[in-house]
Amino acid sequence: MDNTAENKEFLSVKNLKVEYFSGKTVVHAVNGVDLKMYKGKTLGLVGETGAGKTTIAKSILRILPDVGARIVEGEIKLDGKDLLSLKEHDMRKIRGNEISMIFQDPMTALNPVQRVGEQISEAVKLHSDLSKEQCEERAKEMLKMVGITEDRYYEYPHQFSGGMKQRIVIAIALACNPQVLLADEPTTALDVTIQAQVLELVGELQKKFNTAMLLITHDLGVVATVCDEVAIIYAGRIVEYGTKEQIFHHPSHPYTLGLFGAIPDMADDDIWLHPIEGLPPDPTKEIVGCAFAPRCKYATEACLKGEIPALTTEDGHISHCINMKSVLSKEGK
Amino acid sequence: MSESMVRVEGLKKYFSTARGLLHAVDDVTMDIEKGHTVGIVGESGCGKSTLGRTIIHLLDKTDGKIFLEGEDVSDVKGKDLKRVREQMQIIFQDPYSSIDPKKSIRDTVKEPLKVSGRYSKSEIEEKTDMLMDLVGIDERLKYAYPHELDGGRRQRVGIARALALDPKFVVCDEPVSALDVSIQAQVLNLLKKLQMDRDLTYMFVTHDMSVVKHISDEICVMYLGQVVEKCPSKELFKMPLHPYTKALLSAIPSIDIDHPNKREILRGELTSPINPKPGCRFAARCKFATEKCLEPQEQQEVSPGHFVRCCRVEELG
Repeated sequence: MDNTAENKEFLSVKNLKVEYFSGKTVVHAVNGVDLKMYKGKTLGLVGETGAGKTTIAKSILRILPDVGARIVEGEIKLDGKDLLSLKEHDMRKIRGNEISMIFQDPMTALNPVQRVGEQISEAVKLHSDLSKEQCEERAKEMLKMVGITEDRYYEYPHQFSGGMKQRIVIAIALACNPQVLLADEPTTALDVTIQAQVLELVGELQKKFNTAMLLITHDLGVVATVCDEVAIIYAGRIVEYGTKEQIFHHPSHPYTLGLFGAIPDMADDDIWLHPIEGLPPDPTKEIVGCAFAPRCKYATEACLKGEIPALTTEDGHISHCINMKSVLSKEGK
Repeated sequence: MSESMVRVEGLKKYFSTARGLLHAVDDVTMDIEKGHTVGIVGESGCGKSTLGRTIIHLLDKTDGKIFLEGEDVSDVKGKDLKRVREQMQIIFQDPYSSIDPKKSIRDTVKEPLKVSGRYSKSEIEEKTDMLMDLVGIDERLKYAYPHELDGGRRQRVGIARALALDPKFVVCDEPVSALDVSIQAQVLNLLKKLQMDRDLTYMFVTHDMSVVKHISDEICVMYLGQVVEKCPSKELFKMPLHPYTKALLSAIPSIDIDHPNKREILRGELTSPINPKPGCRFAARCKFATEKCLEPQEQQEVSPGHFVRCCRVEELG
């Protein structure tokens, strides 16, 4: 990994723990997650429904619901600033300005009764001293940048297609040149040809502004196309973390191996797929040992006991699997 | 030539909207062979689901003919319609909204058996048990309600219900797109196994190209209500001919990081499906479009079993 002195992490998440609760039930959504994001680089956060991906992004922006969710432990630092100890007033200056988020569903992220141009200029106005006209100018610029002609400034969201709506959401997120972009499944609701357009656009803008990006997705194809580093998350825990090459060439956690095995292979005509048997664990229960152990074909008794330490190779590839060596030899890698 | 299970000729389905007629399915002609799986791919709103639903008589067609095992079932009514519907079933996309939350899953699976009037009470119970077993729902969950199940198991309930009356033809309308990959693989394997055991014919509607390649014998690519290309699955991935198919295939993000796809980015906006002009509907986004493309396009068979709707296919190669 790029851990040279001049390439210091720009945003870091350390030992983040987040819980949701209602009554006596506590859902352990995120259980001790560490992430590092660098300027101009994209970190992919990959996992299945309910693994805690969106919760992590919302924790960084501090937009978890006030009631029913709490950050139990952890540290989130933006360029040395501790975000979790900031006052709400100061946090508001960071949201949409230094850190922006692209939400998953463009159909619900936009205000249906406000003109799209105004929704963009609103973000600019909030974080700058520009005049109304200048904000409008900037919003039109953003529209053009995402490939929508500026004469559509005065139209409403329902007048746009899904792909265009997502581009407007991106325009809002990028209007203030954020240094960190949290993209939560930005293309999941889109068709592949439109997805290609949006990924290309985000990539261009990232290069231009040297943005650090967190890309949340469950699509390994998208990860392979745009990410530099990848974190695989399961049941609120990072199970494997490394560069794209490390993860795709040498996946070493059984869950990562399972994910790769479960996707229909475009190059292979095997009629049977290889699903991961079983289901993710109940998040309301405390888990001792490895969360994946009940579904893991390599699990041993030791997997069910105590904390699973992170094994790090010399080149910084992290895997939370105590049987990594024997797994790799059995998988023939 | 093997036998045809379903054949449609010039099938059209228009919806009337405030702004005019929406051509959801426009002049679709295709054959689906017995025991085969035909994958239908295309962008959202291109008429994939409408096509499936119109074929199985969930929607009334606007025009065209539908044949089931050679029998013209285009305009069946009453008892015949009921019989045809029993033979053609559907598995819906969203297992969260397509099963009744207030019924136990056993009652959901049982319902078609009751409605058919074919079975006695004890036969219904026996058959229900068999169906639940067939799709792999654990004994302990027999009387569970949908909210107690995860998406994959709910989809199994949807499959059991669709298969209750031993249909011959099943439309699978994005059956795995709401599921995570690890669960998706379980359900795809189940569908494949059921097809082999029961000699089912599937129409598999999806927008996921890797899924469609995996499960289909033949693939139809749809664009704004029309089939632009249809051919055997392997051939489509090796030798796509229609410019839209080429763009679609190039846009699939590959997981092979050493050989990434050269993405072809489409420019231009989608043509509206409401009162579309007579020419090729992809022309506005097609880099090869010429004046000839503004005239109506005919479906041509460029090689045996490979159909393309593009007037420039020969010269483009």
